[in-house]
Amino acid sequence: MKVKDIIKILDAKLITGEENLELDIVSGCGADLMSDVMAYVKESVILLTGLTNTQVIRTAEMMDIQVICFVRGKCPNEDVINLAKERGITILTTKETLFISCGKLYSAGIVGRGVWNE
Amino acid sequence: MSDNIIRLHYDIDADDFSSAGLASSGTKRMLNQLGFNPAIVKKVAISMYEAEINAVIHADGGCADVEITPEKIVVVISDKGPGIPDIEQAMQAGWSTATNEIREQGFGAGMGLPNMKRYTDDMKIETELGVGTKVTLIINVN
Ligand SMILES: Nc1ncnc2c1ncn2[C@@H]1O[C@H](COP(=O)(O)OP(=O)(O)OP(=O)(O)O)[C@@H](O)[C@H]1O
Ligand SMILES: [Mg+2]
Repeated sequence: MKVKDIIKILDAKLITGEENLELDIVSGCGADLMSDVMAYVKESVILLTGLTNTQVIRTAEMMDIQVICFVRGKCPNEDVINLAKERGITILTTKETLFISCGKLYSAGIVGRGVWNE
Repeated sequence: MSDNIIRLHYDIDADDFSSAGLASSGTKRMLNQLGFNPAIVKKVAISMYEAEINAVIHADGGCADVEITPEKIVVVISDKGPGIPDIEQAMQAGWSTATNEIREQGFGAGMGLPNMKRYTDDMKIETELGVGTKVTLIINVN
């Protein structure tokens, strides 16, 4: 599923990273604690979270995650957006909750499996 | 890649939480530039980042030393924090002494040390109460 399809499914808004709209996303991860995100390495991942600080972008950077969607209508501050831009990370925001967002993407075929463990 | 050992040193500043992760970020970029396999780079990046964050949230900062050779990458994160009273307990998935304030910043799942263990080939924790903690992470290249 492409990033632009995810935008439609979650009725999301693109904050930065237009260059990744055609990127293929296979798996997803939803969490507000970053070490839970880092417990499972996946490929072609979207990270859904309600946390909007710099460390979300850092976590994505360490894990080679290229797309982040902030839930519950959250939008990060300018510094966070700029760091994402610098790192080529796409940011979306949706009004849906974390649970509903994950549910919608899972129903549409996004999986939660890790590639290294499980 | 030459046989030379590359050494990196970073201070880990705890004053500004938004700058936490700079050492891991710099190391990751260096490893990418040197042409290491992306899976190896990711293991180093994640485990180092977890250790770096621990130094910031549990020990008021410290420093990182990285040694890069064609065979292995060794990361040492040292701090002068309170030390870890019970390493076995700290290594358990879910064990955390993090405050609500830290949790609101996205940390405190009690998964950092277990994650470091999972992504490294060898890991050593040296700690002394009231003196500090030194975490050594070793990732083999082959
Ligand atoms: N450098 C350190 N100095 C002092 N205590 C530490 C240090 N690193 C870890 N600890 C102790 O070990 C516990 C477990 O660490 P771990 O990294 O697994 O979890 P966490 O940091 O609490 O949460 P998470 O890493 O999931 O965000 C910590 O809550 C803390 O009590
Ligand atoms: Mg930790």
